[in-house]
Order: sequence, then structure tokens, then C-alpha cells
Amino acid sequence: MSKIILQAENINKFFHNPLPFHVLKEINFTITRGEFVSVIGKSGCGKSTLLYILSTMDTDFQGTLKIDGTNISGKTENELALIRNEKIGFVFQFHYLLNEFSVLKNVMLPALKLGKYSEEEIEHRAIEKLKIFGIEKHALKKANQISGGEKQRVAIARALINDPLIIMGDEPSGNLDKHNSQIVFEIFQRLAKEFHQTLLIVTHDPEFSAGTDRVMEMDDGRIIRQ
Amino acid sequence: MKFRLNWEIAYSLLLARWKQTLVAAIGVTFSITMFIALLGFMTGLNDLLDGLILNRTPHIKFFNEIKPSKVQPIDLSEKLKSSFNFIESVKPNTERVEIYNVSAIMSALSKDKRVLGIAPKITTQVFYNVGAIDITGVINGIEVEQENKLFFFSDYVVQGNYIDLKNIPNSIILGKAAADKMLTKVGDVVQVTSAKGERIQLKVVGFFQSGLQDLDKVQSYASIATTQKLLGQTSSYITDVQVKLKDLNLAPELAKYYGSLFNVDTEDLQTVNSQFETGTRVRTLISYTVGITLLIVAGFGIYNILNMMIYEKMDSIAILKATGFSGKDVNNIFITISLSIGVFGGVFGLLFGYLISKLIDQIPFVTSALPTISTYPVNYNPMYYFIGVTFAIITTYFAGFFPARKASKIDPVIIIRGK
Repeated sequence: MSKIILQAENINKFFHNPLPFHVLKEINFTITRGEFVSVIGKSGCGKSTLLYILSTMDTDFQGTLKIDGTNISGKTENELALIRNEKIGFVFQFHYLLNEFSVLKNVMLPALKLGKYSEEEIEHRAIEKLKIFGIEKHALKKANQISGGEKQRVAIARALINDPLIIMGDEPSGNLDKHNSQIVFEIFQRLAKEFHQTLLIVTHDPEFSAGTDRVMEMDDGRIIRQ
Repeated sequence: MKFRLNWEIAYSLLLARWKQTLVAAIGVTFSITMFIALLGFMTGLNDLLDGLILNRTPHIKFFNEIKPSKVQPIDLSEKLKSSFNFIESVKPNTERVEIYNVSAIMSALSKDKRVLGIAPKITTQVFYNVGAIDITGVINGIEVEQENKLFFFSDYVVQGNYIDLKNIPNSIILGKAAADKMLTKVGDVVQVTSAKGERIQLKVVGFFQSGLQDLDKVQSYASIATTQKLLGQTSSYITDVQVKLKDLNLAPELAKYYGSLFNVDTEDLQTVNSQFETGTRVRTLISYTVGITLLIVAGFGIYNILNMMIYEKMDSIAILKATGFSGKDVNNIFITISLSIGVFGGVFGLLFGYLISKLIDQIPFVTSALPTISTYPVNYNPMYYFIGVTFAIITTYFAGFFPARKASKIDPVIIIRGK
């Protein structure tokens, strides 16, 4: 159970606009399967920037990033899209559901894109995921007809649909009230314990990070504790 | 599967903004409608006007021109061959206007596969004797059935039956204007005097209206046999051989070839009527320009709407990309949206264009100059419908191309972090 899922070696990143700025300095760490990792740090310390590099969406960095043993540098945009689709699930601060589609369809979209299963099977799996969070009764509603907390749970279900290697979250409870963020936190706890899901969550909520297996603290572009 | 998914997303985005989509599609519909209606009407009119000339003009005409001989007897003299010979006041001699050996020429022409048909003709000057005065005129002796087949003779016979010209001996079809001048009715008998003084009584079996008033004042038609009788000539007397070709464009070449082969004068359509093509081309050009301008304007409309849609749907695009849709997928989605608007609008445009063409076709258009038509002419050539829908698809593709490319280049990190 100690398979390395994510490996970062000597990652450096610079912002060039408006002035050259060294955002990430010599980042080195690994994440093994089943770990529940949180990244904390002050605002502007580079933790979100790091997350987007790890998510393969931001390719403008120096160093080596290996996901599931594959080096992602030099991959084409299409290949990266496929990696994100298959291996990474995202939960953002904002839910980013598509209002044109039903809740169920929103969850199904990444799986339809992957095309590994038939549409019926994907639908079945999507309902299973919604059931985990007790929101299957809203499956046929439009995404804009459910509450904020429910939306975030749908977003988590969407992140899970392709059974990703790792779920990455950028302040997933940052936009929610106390009660709902508690629910989201419990969901992540369950995912880690019951499903042995690997999780990497950026947060500034100390309560949240206290409940995780491992806390990485960042300051001024460096990891100061891991 | 993958295509279907992209299509489904495109479809949902379209429906989410169905009012804008409708406006964009109406823009395309309107421009295609106008394109079809305009082109159908313009080319209908063109064909009509061209038909006025083309239907009645042979592609090649064989005849003997009255002209002075090119070779004068003195040129044949061996003695004077090396000297310059000046002959003043050369005149054409009393050469026959008939074509020599006409039956051989006709049988040779009828064997040529490029020839659609041939119609012999005699043209002669006459006087119509009305009371005390004589009116000058021209009688065309024609092979009635051939003339009708090649030059749609019956279309221009406004009163009486054209075939009577063949069936009733000594009959004539008068030009409408000439008949009005002579106060004749169908069934009357007119007296005609040939240029050589022969007089003959002819029964009027019909009136003819070409649409060119000047022509109708002088022209009239009789059968070849009647004309030969009037002129006191044998049945081999033919002054013109008119040829219609399968391909009009071969006319100048074939005219030259057969002219030198048979040693007769020839005229081809292109030389005689060079101006009509110019008019046709300019009118068609104007129609195309207007139609394509309309389409391009519609294209800008689509461009704007798609651009707006991209700004509105920035978040959706970002999350699609974050969850594994590539730039190419996003590009395909927006191109699909654009093309759907184009195809949908275009098909309705074709339909409405057809309906408007039908409507124009019903508007009365009665003019004495054009006896064969009673409503505005419209051309329903499927080619214009094809061009219309092709242009709709091309314009909407390009209208979608740039917004789609922009959407595909959206960086999800910037959108998501910007929140």
C-alpha cells in the first residue's frame, strides 16, 4: 500500500508579470496511495499555484512531476487532458457545475468523455456516487436548482466518477457556511477511510487540516513542514 | 461516442441561449432567403431576355452574302501577274443568293454529332399590297416543324395555329404590328408582291409577336414551298441554313470549319450578339455580390453571438477542460454550435427562398413586348440552392472558427483562480 502516486522533484516556478517573481522554490515531495494530505499556508505563499501545477493544468514550471510513474513534461495538451480525465478528480472552491445539464449529467460528463463504460453503466455509477452523499434524489434536477452545499457534494461526486488516483481540492469548503463545510469535511474523511481514496486538499482552515493524515505547510514558496 | 458527447454539450449550450441562437439563425435564414429569391429572379429575367435572342437565333447561319468578287478577271492574267492592277468602282454582280448544293450541305451537317438540328430558311423582301399603298416587309420561308423544334416558333404565334402554315397551302403568319397596320384578321387574304414583281394571294392563318416591335412591323412567315412559289424558284432554292448546336460554345469554331469546307459565308452567335453575354454576366455578378454580402453580415452576427456566449460560458469551458476535455473538444463544441446555426438557418433559408420565388412567380407581369409570359420569370435552378447552402455553411464555419479557437485556448487556471 505504499505505491507512489505523485512525485514532485525540484519544482520551481516563476511569475514574469508584472515583475519576475520566484513563486515556488525547490519543491520536493511524494504522495503515496491512500494518503489524506492537506496543504496549508498563508495566502500568497504559493499553495494554490502548486496545486495547479500538480493538476497538470499549469505546465509552465521547471522540475519534474511524475503522476502514477509517468513524467508529464513534454506531453501534448491532449495527453494531459486525458491524464486529468482519467487519473485526477477536482473539487474547487466554487462548484463549477454546468447549469444547462441535470445533476446526474454533470456527474456523468467526465466518464462520458473517458468512454470506458457504456452510457447505462456510467449512469448507474453516477447514481451510486450520488448515493454516497445522499443526494441521489436531486439527480434529475438542473444544477442551478439545488442548494450551495448540495452543489459542492455533486462536484465531489463528479470528481469521483472516473475512480481517480487522486482527488485534488482547492479550498473545497472555502465558499460554504460552517454546517456545509463540516459536511464536506466529513465526506473527505469518509472517502479516505472507507474508500482509501488519495486526497490532496489545499486549505487555510486549521480545523480541517488537523483531521488529515499529513499536513504540508508552505511559506514563501517553500515547504517548511511535511 | 466522443462526437456525440460534444454534440450533446453544444446542443445544450445552444438551447440555454435559444433566443440568441434564434436571432443568429434568422440572420442566416434571411440572407439565404434573399440570396435564393434574388438570384432566382435575376437569372429568371436573364434567361428570359437571353431567350429572346438565343431561342430565335441560330448558333450558326450559312448564307451567301452579296458582295463583290475578291478575285477580278485581270488578276487571273498570266501577263499582268507581276504588276499592280487597279480597278475602280467594283460592284457586286448578279450573284445568286441561294446556297449552292444545299442538300449536300444539310446531309453533311445532319451527320455531325455536335449538331442538335438544322432548319433551312428563305428570306426575301416583299411588299404587302394594302389598298393603294405598298408596305415593305420580309417573308421568312421556313420548314415549320423544324423551326418550331429549334426556335420555339409556336411560342410567338399569338393568334391562330402555327401548324396551319404547313397544312394550308399559300398561307402566311403576319407580324402583329404589320397586321394591325393592314387591318387584317385571321382568315383574311393579303396580296404580296415579290421584289421581282411576282404577285401572290396569301391566306392569313395567324399572327406572330416576337417582342421586338420593329421586327413585328416587317416580318412574316410562310412555308418554304409557298415562298419558293412566290419567288418562282425550284424546290432546291434555300438562302439560309440555320444550325443549332448541342454546345453553344463550339459555334465560332464550327462556323469557321464548315464555312471553308462548303465555301459559304457563316455567322456564329457569339460574333453577332456579343453584347448580350456582357449584360447577363453583370446582372449575375450583382446578384451574387448582394447575396454574399448578406451572408457575410449574417456571419458577423454569428461571430458576435458566439463571442458573447464564450464570455458567458467561460466557467463551463474551464471546468470542461479541468475535467479532461481537450482544447480540441472545446473547439469542436463551438464549431458545432456555429455550424448548427448555419445548417438550421440555411435550410429554412432555402425553404423561404423557394416560397418567395414561388410568390414572385405569381406576380402578374404582362407586357406586349413579351407575349409568352404572364408573370415574372423565376429560375428554380437547384444550383443556386446548392450554392446558397454551401455559402451558409462556409460563412458560419468561419464565423465560428475564431471564437472556437479562442475558447479552446482558454486557460482554466486563470478562470478558476480568478474566482
